[in-house]
Amino acid sequence: MEVYLDNSATTKLSPKAIDEMLRIMKDVYGNPSSLHSLGKQAEDELKRARETVAKTIGADSGEVYFTSGGTEANNLAVLGAARARKRRGSRIVTTMIEHSSVFESCKELEEEGFEVIYLKPDAQGHISENDLADAVDKNTILVTMMYVNNETGCILPVDRAARIIKKSGAPALLHIDAVQAYGKLPIKVRKLGCDLLTVSAHKIHGPKGCGALYIKKGVYIKPLFFGGEQESKKRPGTEALTQICGFASAAEELTDLSEKLDRITKLRDHTLSRLLSIDGTVRNSPDDALPYIINISTNAVKSETMLHHLESHDIYISSGSACAKGKRSHVLTAMGYSNLRADTALRISFSADSTQEEADRLADAVKEGVETLVRIN
Amino acid sequence: MKEIILAKIGEVVLKGLNRKNFEDLLIKNIKRKLHPIGAFEVKASQSTIRITPLSEDIDMDEAEDKIGKVFGVVAYCRACAVEKDIEAIKSAAVEYLRDTLEDAKSFKVESKRSDKKFPYGSPDISKIVGSHIADTFPELEVDVHTPEITVTVEVRDMAAYVHANAKEGAGGLPIPSGGRAAILISGGIDSPVAAYMMAKRGIELTAIHFASPPYTSERAEEKVRTLLEIVSDYAGRIEMYTVPFTKIQEEIKDKCPEDLFTIIMRRMMMRVSQKIAQQHECLALITGESLGQVASQTLGAIACTDETVNMPVFRPLIGMDKKEIIAVSEKINTFETSLLPYEDCCTVFTPRHPRTKPKSDMVARAESAVEWDELIEEAAAGAKCTVIYPK
Repeated sequence: MEVYLDNSATTKLSPKAIDEMLRIMKDVYGNPSSLHSLGKQAEDELKRARETVAKTIGADSGEVYFTSGGTEANNLAVLGAARARKRRGSRIVTTMIEHSSVFESCKELEEEGFEVIYLKPDAQGHISENDLADAVDKNTILVTMMYVNNETGCILPVDRAARIIKKSGAPALLHIDAVQAYGKLPIKVRKLGCDLLTVSAHKIHGPKGCGALYIKKGVYIKPLFFGGEQESKKRPGTEALTQICGFASAAEELTDLSEKLDRITKLRDHTLSRLLSIDGTVRNSPDDALPYIINISTNAVKSETMLHHLESHDIYISSGSACAKGKRSHVLTAMGYSNLRADTALRISFSADSTQEEADRLADAVKEGVETLVRIN
Repeated sequence: MKEIILAKIGEVVLKGLNRKNFEDLLIKNIKRKLHPIGAFEVKASQSTIRITPLSEDIDMDEAEDKIGKVFGVVAYCRACAVEKDIEAIKSAAVEYLRDTLEDAKSFKVESKRSDKKFPYGSPDISKIVGSHIADTFPELEVDVHTPEITVTVEVRDMAAYVHANAKEGAGGLPIPSGGRAAILISGGIDSPVAAYMMAKRGIELTAIHFASPPYTSERAEEKVRTLLEIVSDYAGRIEMYTVPFTKIQEEIKDKCPEDLFTIIMRRMMMRVSQKIAQQHECLALITGESLGQVASQTLGAIACTDETVNMPVFRPLIGMDKKEIIAVSEKINTFETSLLPYEDCCTVFTPRHPRTKPKSDMVARAESAVEWDELIEEAAAGAKCTVIYPK
């Protein structure tokens, strides 16, 4: 049996989501915008899916906008918010460890004349609340941060951001990229006080090609696409009903998050103690990181080599972010780690179904790799 | 109005008594290249090959693209074939070239008459057709020195042909007039360009790729296959041999001094390659080295590498700058694929400070710690063959 511990890259589809998508594909082929009864049937499914997803983040269903995935939702949030507020200021505050879909959107905004502040993490990967408070000034129109870093699992102070913005008097919107936190930490948009929040279906055992952006009621952002009236004109285009309903079906299974978190914390501790007993291996994620993600460096074998070694044992993990294959991690580099440490990094990411047997097989295989493969140090 | 393609043969005509052989090869290659898009008649006369589609529904744009990738063709153009009648030629010139002439500022007409029974001489044909064009497109100026469009009328034995500016062909010599040689291909920018350049001189390619799993991945190998697929669009079918190289690399890393890793690895690659090359009747090896580009490509290093084999090693990029190499790789469309960031066997164990001026006796001494012959034999014997066809 394969051991899949790369759940931050993507997850296996839940059987219920598969059944749901088959049902929609076979039976509900109408266009939700059509006026006839088949259209109405599709619209009803869409409405139900929207309510389901909204409930998982504590939003009203009218505040959930479906997109083609996390990348599109992040682009829509960052570009849409900045462009809508450009008369009120020009500063955007973000971090150096964002996902490329936020980072590259910020780069695009720099081209358009915005000033972007990239907060630097400390050696643990933490983004300091004080740095954030210092960076947000009266000219700031957007703060965009991830909830959980996809490479280290580090949790960012997003729950403090709303208060910091309020205190500063800045006309800033708060966007949280919650792709890695969704389904793992309880998320309540009202409690977080955010204006925009990104989630993605395929990180929670839903289908690829589907995500959602929460846009707080009353908040205006500029759309990226233009067309019909779908998604209140924020994201026109006939809705991908199959994926959306698969997403909702997977979202329905996001229950008992704190029990799952407890179990995964124990699994994380066990896995870590096994991995860190390998000579030379160090941990790259801080103690208070989300337990679903472990980042270590062997300081011995190149990440890519280790990955291929593990795959020969039918074990699948990642060298960093799946979105940047072959490149040195910008996150670990920003944390000030040596090239050796960055080049030998491994990311293990659990799902709620991961088991101790899987973790043990991984640890055994990593140990074997470090002992038998050619070292680069 | 029937459309054909005319391909001009270049250097091939210079080859004296061998000319017929070269011409036959070229015709065969053109036929093979066009085979997937339909049936054509391909015939040579004088220094031109006439390519006539045998059915109406053939995509001539595609055919034209394909001819542009056949080595041995220096220039080619689409032409309109009409009966040998001056009125027919006049109207064909205007109708067939209407789009081209409407967009142009100036033109001239050139005529060639090989059928001496045709009642008009070349200068007369040019004059008659030229004034008809000038009358039809009043905006268009006649310019006999630097015209934007040169309309050519050829009156040949079977028919008359009208065409405008020819496109530059792929040049070179038809494959396999140059014989067979083996290219060492890693997946970088240089080796596909080297392969293309030798194929251009009529070389039929065999490819040798070194894989070192788990240090290199499936994707790295797939990348090489993709690159060869692009090259094979010019070079035709390529047999690729993937050599299992892990053992040799681990031995080098274990037993040889670090500053000589790369040079010793190159020497082992050459030895393995020579074995494979000889098994498959290749008379030379080809590499993508450019003098001084990296430590293993200094003159000293190359001298040290070459002494391990006793067959010619072609390095068509030896005098080119990186910029020039990239320009070719962009032209043949391998550049983007070459940039894909996968580990290849050359980057796996890179020494921190490779020696740039290795002495061969020093390298030979460093190598002597290991019994290589068996490992080399084993690597060559373990090579797996994949046949690459143009897409």
